[in-house]
Amino acid sequence: MIHKYKLGGFNIVLDVNSGGVHIVDELTYDLLDNIQPPFEEECPANVVEKLSRSYSPEDIESCYQEIAELNRDGILFSEDDYEKYAKYSVASPVKAMCLNIAHDCQLRCKYCFASTGDFGKGRKLMSFETGKHAIDFLLEKSLDRENLELDFFGGEPLMNFGVVKQIVEYARSREEEFGKKFRFTITTNGLLLDDEKIDFINREMSNVVLSIDGRKEVNDRMRVLPNGKGCYDIILPKYKKLVEGRGDKEYYVRGTFTKRNLDFTEDVFSLYEAGFDQISIEPVVGDSDEYALTVEELPAVFKEYEKLAERILENEKKGGKFNFFHFMIDLDQGPCAIKRLRGCGCGNDYVAITPDGDIYPCHQFVGIDEYKMGNIDEGTFNNEMKMDFAKAHVYSKPECRECWAKFYCSGGCNANNYQYNGDIRSAYKLSCELEKKRLEVAIMMKAFRIYGEPED
Amino acid sequence: MKHIQTINKANLKESAQKGGCGKCQASCQSACKTSCTVANQKCER
Repeated sequence: MIHKYKLGGFNIVLDVNSGGVHIVDELTYDLLDNIQPPFEEECPANVVEKLSRSYSPEDIESCYQEIAELNRDGILFSEDDYEKYAKYSVASPVKAMCLNIAHDCQLRCKYCFASTGDFGKGRKLMSFETGKHAIDFLLEKSLDRENLELDFFGGEPLMNFGVVKQIVEYARSREEEFGKKFRFTITTNGLLLDDEKIDFINREMSNVVLSIDGRKEVNDRMRVLPNGKGCYDIILPKYKKLVEGRGDKEYYVRGTFTKRNLDFTEDVFSLYEAGFDQISIEPVVGDSDEYALTVEELPAVFKEYEKLAERILENEKKGGKFNFFHFMIDLDQGPCAIKRLRGCGCGNDYVAITPDGDIYPCHQFVGIDEYKMGNIDEGTFNNEMKMDFAKAHVYSKPECRECWAKFYCSGGCNANNYQYNGDIRSAYKLSCELEKKRLEVAIMMKAFRIYGEPED
Repeated sequence: MKHIQTINKANLKESAQKGGCGKCQASCQSACKTSCTVANQKCER
C-alpha cells in the first residue's frame, strides 16, 4: 500500500508497510497511478503511450526503472506481513499507570472530559494507602519491564500533593529491590504551584504537562474559576518559573482548541512568544454543540494545520525553534513495528486508578461502569478485559486495516472509539481525519527541512 | 536517482524482527492524554 499527496510544493509518497518516505517528481507521481507490482523489465507499452502526451518515453522508462528498484529494495509497494506479530504482547506486563490522585479541581473548564474533576462520581482525594497499593500492583504486574511510568493526574493532582510526595518516596524506596526505574509525570492546571512544589516536580518528575490554552482571551474563555474569572494571569508566571528551573527535563505547555478558536496557530505562537519551546495544542474531546469539532470544521482545521506548519518553518528560517507535539514524527528512530500495532496500550500495559482504587483501562474510561477492570485495594483485576484490549490491534479494527496511517496512530484512541461509536474497535472518523492531516503536514515539514522551499 | 529521493533511512520491516521489547514509553503518558500518536515516540532499546 502506498499513500501519495501534494503539500507545500512537494509530491510525497509514503510506502505504508516499510515506512519509506519518498519525494518524487511529477512524472513519478503520475506514473504511480498507472502501475502496480509485480514490475516487468520494461514499462508496459500502454502506460508509456498514455503518459507520453506529457512526458518523453525515455523519461517514463527511467522513472519506471527507479520505481522497480525501490520495490526490489523493499521500500515501495512493500508487503504487509505484520499480522503475525499482532499476537505478540497479548500477555503484556502492566508497565504504565495513570493515578487519578484527586477527583477534584478548582477550575470549571467548560470542555472538561472529567466533568470538572470528579468524572461524575463525586469529589474525592486518593489516600496514601491506595497509592501504595497502586505502586505494589505495578511492581508485581510489570514482570520483567524495568521502566515503569506513573502519571499523577486528576482532577488536579496538586490538590493532593502531600500524597503525591508520599507515593514518590514509597516508589523510589522499592526501585532497587525490584530492579525497576520509575518515571513520574504530572499534569497540572498550575493554580497551586509554588516554589516548593516546583522544586519537587523539577527534581522528581521526568515530564510535566502544564495546562494552558494559548492566548489570554482564549484560555480565559474556557479555563475559568468558579467565579467565572479566567486563570491565565495566575498560571503563566508560575509556568515560566517552573520551566526556567527545569534544565533538560521534558515538559509541555498543553492546551486544547475548540471550534471557538480554529485560528489556534495564534495560540501556539502566543505560548512560544511567552517563552515556551515545548508546545502541544490539541483538539477538544466532547460533544457540546458550543465547542466540539465536527466534520464541518475539518476544512478549517486542515487549513490551520498547514498555516501552523508554514509559520513554524518560517520561524525556523529566522533561527527560532520549538516543538509542536503533534507535528513531531521520527522517521528513523521511531518505535518498532510491534509497538505500532497497538496504540497507547490502554487496558493492556497501561491502566488508570481512581481515588477509590478502581481500575480502568485509561483515564478516559474512568467513570464508565462497564469498563471497570477491578479494584486495587480489593486485589481484583479482570484479566479477560485486559486480553480484549490486548487484542485491539490495527488488524482487529476494520477501518484501520485498510488505512495508510495505521502504523503512525496505531489504531487511535480506544476510549474515543467507545465514546463516539460504542465499540473500541470502531475508528472515530473525525479523529482519524485530524491525525492523517497532521501526519501529512509533519512529513512535509521533514521534506522542507531537507530541501528547503521547492522550486516550481 | 533522478526522479525519486528517499528521505528516511529506517525500514519498519527490520524493526519488526527485533522489536517488541516494551522499554519505550506508553504513548498516552507523554503530552496528549486525549489524542494518540505513536510515531512521535522514540525507540528506547
